[in-house]
Amino acid sequence: MLMIKNLHAAIQDEKQKTKSILHGINLHVRPGEVHAIMGPNGSGKSTLANLLAGREDYQITQGEMWLDGQNLMDLTPEARARAGLFLAFQYPVEIPGVNNMYFLKAAVNSVRKHHQLPPLDAMDFLTLIKSKIKEVGMDEKFLSRAVNESFSGGEKKRNEILQMLMLSPKLAILDETDSGLDIDALQSVAKGVNSLRAPSRSIVVVTHYQRLLNYIVPDVVHVMVKGKIIKSGGKELALELEEKGYGWLSESVEQV
Amino acid sequence: MSNQYLKQIVDKNYQYGFVTAIESDTFAPGLSEEVIRKISQRKNEPEFMLQWRLRAYQHWLTLSSPRWAHVKFPEIDYQNIIYYSAPKVKKDGPKSLEEVDPQLLETYKKLGIPLHEQSRLAGVAVDAVFDSVSVATTFKTKLAEAGVIFCSFSEAVQEHPELVEKYLGTVVPFRDNFFATLNSAVFSDGSFVYIPKGVRCPMELSTYFRINAANTGQFERTLIIADADSHVSYLEGCTAPMRDENQLHAAVVELIALDNAEIKYSTVQNWYPGDEQGRGGIYNFVTKRGACRGKHSKISWTQIETGSAITWKYPSVILQGDHSVGEFYSVALTNHHQQADTGTKMIHIGKNTRSTIISKGISAGFGQNTYRGLVRVLPQADHARNYTQCESLLLSNTCGAHTFPYIEAKNPTAQIEHEAYTSKIGVDQLFYCRQRGLSVEDAVCMIVNGFCKRVFNELPMEFAVEAQKLLEVSLEGSVG
Repeated sequence: MLMIKNLHAAIQDEKQKTKSILHGINLHVRPGEVHAIMGPNGSGKSTLANLLAGREDYQITQGEMWLDGQNLMDLTPEARARAGLFLAFQYPVEIPGVNNMYFLKAAVNSVRKHHQLPPLDAMDFLTLIKSKIKEVGMDEKFLSRAVNESFSGGEKKRNEILQMLMLSPKLAILDETDSGLDIDALQSVAKGVNSLRAPSRSIVVVTHYQRLLNYIVPDVVHVMVKGKIIKSGGKELALELEEKGYGWLSESVEQV
Repeated sequence: MSNQYLKQIVDKNYQYGFVTAIESDTFAPGLSEEVIRKISQRKNEPEFMLQWRLRAYQHWLTLSSPRWAHVKFPEIDYQNIIYYSAPKVKKDGPKSLEEVDPQLLETYKKLGIPLHEQSRLAGVAVDAVFDSVSVATTFKTKLAEAGVIFCSFSEAVQEHPELVEKYLGTVVPFRDNFFATLNSAVFSDGSFVYIPKGVRCPMELSTYFRINAANTGQFERTLIIADADSHVSYLEGCTAPMRDENQLHAAVVELIALDNAEIKYSTVQNWYPGDEQGRGGIYNFVTKRGACRGKHSKISWTQIETGSAITWKYPSVILQGDHSVGEFYSVALTNHHQQADTGTKMIHIGKNTRSTIISKGISAGFGQNTYRGLVRVLPQADHARNYTQCESLLLSNTCGAHTFPYIEAKNPTAQIEHEAYTSKIGVDQLFYCRQRGLSVEDAVCMIVNGFCKRVFNELPMEFAVEAQKLLEVSLEGSVG
C-alpha cells in the first residue's frame, strides 16, 4: 500500500536557511495493517505525515514515496486525496463562512467524480452523514456550522474522523489525533478508526503517547528520532517506550 | 507556495466587453455653459433644472480634483470627454417596449438583462440606462397600480417636477464635492423612484447601467424617496465595453427615507476593470448618500464591487431621525492593477441611532484595496451605537490592503466598536481543502465566498446567487 524509500527532506527557515528534517526514512505499510509512528517532539513525525499528503513547504532532497503503485511525487495534494490518501490534521483549520456539510459534500463528490461515480444527491448524502456522525459521537448541529469555526479541540478532531469515515480512504494518516482529547473523545475517535479497519485499507497513526494505542492496537510500532526510524517492533514496543521514555533510544542514536 | 496557481485563478475573463454598433446622437467633446444648456434643452427641462445645473457648473469651475484618496491616476482632461451620447430614436422616445430599438434589446439580452417582461427575472422591474439616457423601464403599469413611481429621471422631470424640485440635491448638494458638482451640471439621466405612504413596493426595482459609446462619460443621477411607512428594495448593475482608454463614470445617488420607511439599496458593480497591465477601464467616482429623515427609518447599502479600474465611493447614511438605522455591507475585489478606495460615512444626529458597517476587501495581483470610513456622533445623538468590522483578504504578495477608519464621538453616551484584520489567503486553508480532494480553483472560490458570506446574505435573494457567480467568474482562470 505505502512504500517509502530512503526519504530525505528539508525545510527553509525564516532566514532562508535550509534545515534538514528527515534523513532517510524507510517504511512499508501493507494493506490491512495499522502502523504507529512514535517519537519525541521535533523528531519529524508530523513532517512525514504532511509530506505524504503533499504539503509544499518541504523540499524532498532524496528518496521515493509510493501509494498503491502510484508515485506520490507525481501527484498534487488533491490528486493524492482523490487516490485515497487521507490526512487527519493535527491542527484542523477553520474556514469561516463555509458550511461544514457543504464542504464535506464537495469533498465527497470530488472524490466520487475522480472514480467516475455520479455525485451523491442531497438525500443520499444526508442519510450517509447522519449514520456516520453517530459513530463519532458528534452533535448534528455541527453540520450546519462553518468548518471547524469555534469548535473545541475535541470537536475538531471528531470532525476530522467524520470526514475520514465519509471519504473512506485507502490510506488514512492520523497526525496526533489524540492530542488534547479527553477520554470520551479519545474513545469515539478510536471507535471511528477501528470501524475503518479492513483488509484493503491501511492506517498510519502518528502519536506521542501509548494511550491511543490501547484503543487502536497497531500491528507495527516505529520509533522516530531526529528524522530517522531507529527502531521498529510489535505493539509491545509502545509499552516499553511508555515505561522507559525515549531517552534510552535517543542515546543510542547519538552513538550511531 | 501556490502563488502561481492563485494567479491563474484570479486572472479574470471580462464577458461584457462587447460594443453595440448603434446610431447615436452624440455631442462633440468638451464642457461649457453651452453644452449644459444643450443637454437641458435636449431634455426639455423646466427652468429650475437649467438654473440648478448652471449654478453647479459655475461652482465646479472654482474646484480642483481631490487628491486625498489612496488611488493613482493621471489628470483627467475634462474638455476631452463627451458629455452626451444617446441612441437615436425616431420620435420622442419609446413609449413602450415594442418601440425600443431591437438592437438595444439584443444588447441587454446579451448582458443577461432581458427587457421583455415575460422573460424577466422573477419579480424585478428594470430601468435600463444606455450611455446618457434611459432606454426602457419595465413593469411601469403594474407598479403604478400600487402607486409606485419608477421611471427615468428625464421622465420624472417632465411628469413629477414638484417631487424632483422638492428633493433633488437635498442629500447631496451640488456643492458637495468635485465629482458630485460635475454630475449636477451635466447629468443626463438616471432612475427616479417614489414610494407613497404606507406602500410596500410589490417587486424589486433595479437599474442596469451600460456604457457603450467611446470617450463618453456617464453621469447619471438616481433619486429614491420612500415616504412614511413605506419599503423598497433596489438594485443596480453596471457593465462597459473593453477599451484601452479610461472612461469616467461620475454618478450621484440620493436616498430619502421618511418616518418608519426602509430603503435597501444593493449594487453589483462590474464595470470594465482594464486589462492585466492596467490599461483602460472605468474610473468609477461616485457619490452615494442616504438620509434617514424620519424616526425609525432605515437605509441599508450593500455593494459588490468587482469591476472598474478605480473605484472611489462611500455610500453613506445621515441618521437624522431618532431611532433610525444605517447599514453598510461591502465586498470589494481588486485584481491586476485595479484600485479601490471605498467605505462609508455614518453620521449620527438623532437619538438612539444605530449603524453597522461590514466591509470585506479582497486583493489579488497588484490590486490595491482601501477601506475608508467615518463614524461621527454629534453632541445631540444620545445613545448612538456603531459596530464596524473590516476584514481584508490578500491573494498575492504584490497586492495591498489599507484601512483608514475615522471615529469622531462628541456624545459621551455613544458606543462605538471597531474590529479590523488582514489575512493572507490561508496556505493552511488551501492545503486543507486540497487534502480533501478539492481543486485549487474550487478551494479558492469556497474560501473567498465564505469570507464574503455575511455580505452576500444581505443581497436580495434573486441577486445573491448572481453575485456569487460574478465573484467566481472574477476569480476564475482565463480558461473557458
